[in-house]
Amino acid sequence: MTKKEALYNYCLRIGDDALILGHRLSDWCSNGPILEEDLALTNLALDMIGRAQALLTYAAEIKGGNVTADALAYRRSEREYYNHLLVEQANGDFAHTITRQLFLSIFELYFFETLQQSKDNTLAAIAAKTLKEVKYHVRHAADWAIRLGDGTTESKKRMQQAVNDLWMYTGELFETDEAEGLLLHEGLAVDLATIKASWQKHIKEVLSEATLHIPTDGYMQTGGLKGVHSEQLGHILSEMQYLQRAYPDAKW
Amino acid sequence: MNKHDTQLDLWEVFIQSRAGLPYMHAGSIHASDAEMAMQNARDTYTRRGEGTSIWLVPSNCIKASDPSDNDMMFDPSNDKIYRHPTFYVMPEGATHI
Repeated sequence: MTKKEALYNYCLRIGDDALILGHRLSDWCSNGPILEEDLALTNLALDMIGRAQALLTYAAEIKGGNVTADALAYRRSEREYYNHLLVEQANGDFAHTITRQLFLSIFELYFFETLQQSKDNTLAAIAAKTLKEVKYHVRHAADWAIRLGDGTTESKKRMQQAVNDLWMYTGELFETDEAEGLLLHEGLAVDLATIKASWQKHIKEVLSEATLHIPTDGYMQTGGLKGVHSEQLGHILSEMQYLQRAYPDAKW
Repeated sequence: MNKHDTQLDLWEVFIQSRAGLPYMHAGSIHASDAEMAMQNARDTYTRRGEGTSIWLVPSNCIKASDPSDNDMMFDPSNDKIYRHPTFYVMPEGATHI
C-alpha cells in the first residue's frame, strides 16, 4: 500500500463516520422529543454532513481522475464504506441516540485534538474546525446522558439499556490497521493507543455522574475498517443513495 | 408550570450580535434549567452567526406593563417632540444613537 492509498483510505474512514451518523441524525428531523431538541439533533446532523463533505472532497482530490465527493458518498457499495459500526446503529429511542453520540463524540474530541498536529495541512485544518463543533456535541450528549441517567426510573432504565447495548461497538474505535500504521509513521495520523485512556476516563466520569453502571469489556464487534458492516448500513445506503442510483447525475 | 402544559419552563432569549451592541430579544425557548436553556437557545437562535453572546431570563421573572395602562403609560409622550434629539445635527461618525 502506498502512502497515497493509505491517506485516501484514512479520509474515507473519518469521512464515512461523519456521513453515516449525519444521515442517522437527520432522521430525527420532525421527530425530536421537543422542538428545541429536534433542532439540536439536526444541528449535529448538519455539522456531521459538513465534515463529511470536507473529508470526501479531500479524499476525491487524493484519488484524482473523475472522482468527486458526491460520487464517493452516493456511488460506493456497502463494502466500500469504512465507518465504525457504532455510527450505523439504529437511532432507537432517545437514550440510544444520545449514548451513541456520547461514545463517538468523546472519541472524536481526543481524536481531532490530536489530528490538529498532523503533518498533512488539510487534515490538520479540518481537525481544527471540527474540534469546535465536537466540543459542543460532547457537552450536549453528556448533559443529556447525566439528566436521563440520574433522572426518573424510566429514563435511567432506558439509558442503562442503551449503554449496555452499544458498549460492544466501542472496542472498534481503537482498532488500527496497516494503512494507519503507515500514516502514523509519517506523522499524519492519530495514534489511537494514546487517546484510549483519555476516552475511558472521560466516559467513566460522565457515566458515573449519570449514576449508570459501566459495562465490562466483553465481546467487541469489529469489521468497519475492512468494510464489513452490520445489517444496518445496507438499509441506510438504500435510502441515502436511492436518487443517485435511480437517476444518475440528477440535478435540481 | 401549568399542569396541562407538557412543555418545559419558558425562557426568554437575548442575543448580542457583537461586542458593544445591546442584547436584543430573539424569542423564547423551553428548558428545564439554565444549562439546558443555554444549549437550546444556542441551537435555536445562533445557528446562522446571529450572535456572540446569549442572556437568558426565566419568562416568569419578567414584569410586563399592563396593556390596559397604555393610555396612562405611553400616550403622554406622543406630543412632546422636544424630547427627541431631532433638532441637533448628528456628529459625523457617531453610530448606534
